[in-house]
Amino acid sequence: MSDITSQSLFELTSNIKEKKLSSGEITKAFIDRAEKSKKLNVYVTDNFEKAIDQSKKFDSNPNFDLKLPGIPIAVKDLFCTNGVRTTAGSKILNNFVPTYESTVTQNLWSQGAILLGKLNCDEFAMGSSNETSFFGNVQNPVGENLVPGGSSGGSSAAVAANLTPVTIGTDTGGSIRQPASFTGTVGLKPTYGSCSRYGIVAFASSLDQAGPMTKNVRDCSMLLEVISSFDQKDSTSIDYKRNCYSKELSKDIKGKKIGIPKEYRVDNMPDEIEQLWKNGISYAKDCGAEIIDISLPHTNYALPTYYIVAPAEASSNLARYDGVKYGFRSPGQNLIEMYEKTRSEGFGDEVKRRIMIGTYVLSSGYYDAYYLKAQKVRQLIKKDFDDAFSKVDAILTPSTPSSAFKIGEKTNDPVSMYLNDIFTVPINLAGLPGISIPAGKDKNNYPLGLQVIGKPFDEQNILNISYALEDKINFKNDISDWWLSE
Amino acid sequence: MSKNSEYLIERENKQYEVIIGLEVHAQVTSESKLFSQSSTKFGAEPNTQVSLVDAAFPGMLPVINEFCIEQAIKTGIGLKAKINKKSVFDRKNYFYADLPQGYQISQYKYPIVGEGKVILDMPNGQKEIGIERLHLEQDAGKSIHDIDPNNTLVDLNRSGVALMEIVSKPDLRSPDEVNVYIKKLRSIMRYLGTCDGNMQEGSLRADVNVSVRLKGETEFGTRCEIKNVNSIKFMQMAIISEANRQIDLLEEGKEIDQETRLFDTKRNETRSMRSKEDAHDYRYFPDPDLLPLEISQELIEKIKSDIPELPDEKKKRFIDKFNLSPYEATILVSDIETSNFFEEVIKNSDVKLATNWITGELFAVLNEKNLEISQSPVSAKNLSKLINLIKDGTISGKIAKTVFEQMIDGDQDPLIIVKEKGLKQESDPKAIEELINKVIENNSDKVAEYKSGKDKLFGFFVGQAMKESKGKGNPQLINKILKEKLNG
Repeated sequence: MSDITSQSLFELTSNIKEKKLSSGEITKAFIDRAEKSKKLNVYVTDNFEKAIDQSKKFDSNPNFDLKLPGIPIAVKDLFCTNGVRTTAGSKILNNFVPTYESTVTQNLWSQGAILLGKLNCDEFAMGSSNETSFFGNVQNPVGENLVPGGSSGGSSAAVAANLTPVTIGTDTGGSIRQPASFTGTVGLKPTYGSCSRYGIVAFASSLDQAGPMTKNVRDCSMLLEVISSFDQKDSTSIDYKRNCYSKELSKDIKGKKIGIPKEYRVDNMPDEIEQLWKNGISYAKDCGAEIIDISLPHTNYALPTYYIVAPAEASSNLARYDGVKYGFRSPGQNLIEMYEKTRSEGFGDEVKRRIMIGTYVLSSGYYDAYYLKAQKVRQLIKKDFDDAFSKVDAILTPSTPSSAFKIGEKTNDPVSMYLNDIFTVPINLAGLPGISIPAGKDKNNYPLGLQVIGKPFDEQNILNISYALEDKINFKNDISDWWLSE
Repeated sequence: MSKNSEYLIERENKQYEVIIGLEVHAQVTSESKLFSQSSTKFGAEPNTQVSLVDAAFPGMLPVINEFCIEQAIKTGIGLKAKINKKSVFDRKNYFYADLPQGYQISQYKYPIVGEGKVILDMPNGQKEIGIERLHLEQDAGKSIHDIDPNNTLVDLNRSGVALMEIVSKPDLRSPDEVNVYIKKLRSIMRYLGTCDGNMQEGSLRADVNVSVRLKGETEFGTRCEIKNVNSIKFMQMAIISEANRQIDLLEEGKEIDQETRLFDTKRNETRSMRSKEDAHDYRYFPDPDLLPLEISQELIEKIKSDIPELPDEKKKRFIDKFNLSPYEATILVSDIETSNFFEEVIKNSDVKLATNWITGELFAVLNEKNLEISQSPVSAKNLSKLINLIKDGTISGKIAKTVFEQMIDGDQDPLIIVKEKGLKQESDPKAIEELINKVIENNSDKVAEYKSGKDKLFGFFVGQAMKESKGKGNPQLINKILKEKLNG
């Protein structure tokens, strides 16, 4: 048996069910490794003591019918966890302990999983490098001083560094897929309405979705199966029959039509990304898929549209952090002064930037020119995909226009940071499912990902295509454990 | 409308007309709030009816209370208004300590109910007031400034309670019309059970828009909005004071600024709250946590079929079926409890007498004791018994008033009162004849006068006979027999 922490979710659950490993042993192994991995700064809050207790409790009365029997899992610190501090990476929620549980995490615990702790992320999930977190940078285990992507940077780093078997992140414009791509892991953003948003600290309500982040496609299917559910507490949750994704997982994609959108060949895209995409196409062909050139004509407008819609919603969603009811408060002589001080000191620069953009685009006199127009363009982007999906079953693109960059490299250039999301945001705007799988490396040996985009509710199909491609690509992350301390 | 009933404010040789539009905020009658399951009960300890959604905790999401939607549709139907099959909830963004989300969920561009109307019964005829729209929104919490000297306290019990904002067209022209309009609106909603209309508890309050113009002008003047007035009396006072303020400005050759004002009830004047330039930019946009509200024709039909008879229809029925005057019918239908009481009484008794007794004696008692008809000290059952005693001649109308006075004390059965006090009317001709004989014997001088032509004395004999019967003599019989005796 290989080292416990390097095992996949599938291996760990099998080993628990076959009684080769106990929940206690597994939990302890991950905690031991985490204690030596502080340099990566993946945890905002650990739950190690309680996790040990819970694993013992599981072992004393195990239920092997569960889908995550006694499996310890760390989650992004955007999910509210009952009794465990939830910060959203922000000073303004530094002391906030929810009395309630998000539906998605509740689904994990109901299937036997155990909370290991809360993982670092960009503040309010606003960022592409995990550098906006109040709790500091996260190191990408792929290489020192490299960003792990964002906003689910703590999550991607934790999976890549074997600090959690799997994790869940959230994706508003690429926050699962981009960090997965940067760390050589798998990340899936489900169809909007697939996973409940109840209990997830909101960034942009019409775009936010929770999703699995894993070492491989099979684990991804296992985790999606657990977290996706209809929830009456979220009015945008959709009631449809969800697949048994792991059971129905198949590498047989013969005859599947895969679209290649020409608009994703952007200017200044590194040759290695172009090459990666070509390789993906030929692997898909090898698997018997049919490759079809398609057009998504409004792709160029996706990024500006996203950077109007998302900040607009965020500016309103973040109004509740005002120092009145919970969280950080900076006292003032009167209400207005208290608001100003609390929000000035409680929010970081990127969050403030987006609140200001959002407030601006919703202001009277600008609403029609920005917000309303963006909503119209969003419909056109959605229509592009509808049209494309009348011809193809899935779409294959690169996940990101580059590999992981150095910490600090883009912090003073927000626009170049935003450009990181160029291939991922259109999928959120259209509400579609998308998955990033590791597909190769650049000249520095940093991972690169390919994205498979599906029709609404067609997660099974993109999982199957990814599963087939994964087999052909045979990606190896070879992470050196450079950060480990004794 | 006749000229002399017009409400005009005079200045030297000029007459000003007052234009009024109301935005009424009516609390939806519902056990739970618009987007959460917290109770809406009035008067609970502060912050005991607050859910995580109402307090806007991170990650909490609104879920629409379908009952409130049905209540809004019902009200829309009662206002003869168009129900919009698709409407949208928007966020109205502003910061305040008693607004936990930092925005109020309301409906901006696409309200649930469109144009409708309300008919007012004015002394000189009917007048139609247009309804512009009705939309649903959340109430805010309450800021309390006068308990702690250094801090403002916040009570979130009201936060998230469902309100209907009913916007009238600028069709109202006088404080009297405002009075009748509010009462009619409240009456319709109480018939429907969609708002209890309790102004003391804040279930009904209004923003009042006032402008003035010279009589004969067709363009509207600049309006001012008086915020959050919570009684009809204050609305009327505010309108009069604000209209006069505006007219004074115009008379001085000044301009009226479009602004939001507050009514100071102690000083009986309005004062500026904020000017148009300082108006909030609420940055309305569709709430992404809620899908557009879609209402099926089936639901509208189902609600329509459950709509009770409303005041206008009931009034027509009372006039047609019971031969009531429009005035009587208007009074009896104005409040659903009153009309129910009336219909209960007339189940077993005479309509004409019931109308007179309810609008006369009963209303007098209720007024005097400051009671609602639902708290009436005399039940419909016992009132109808009393009416039947009058109708079948057991007691006279005069005795009935004595009996009624006793009934008030603990809703006593009039039959028992009449029996115990021996108040039964004397209708035996022989007994009446006997007592008339006695009266004639004792007043032989008056009889002579009468017979010599002093007809007016007839009333004197009736009075004496009634006195002799201790008030119990059947008046018709006394009249009849007296006439026979004196004229015979």
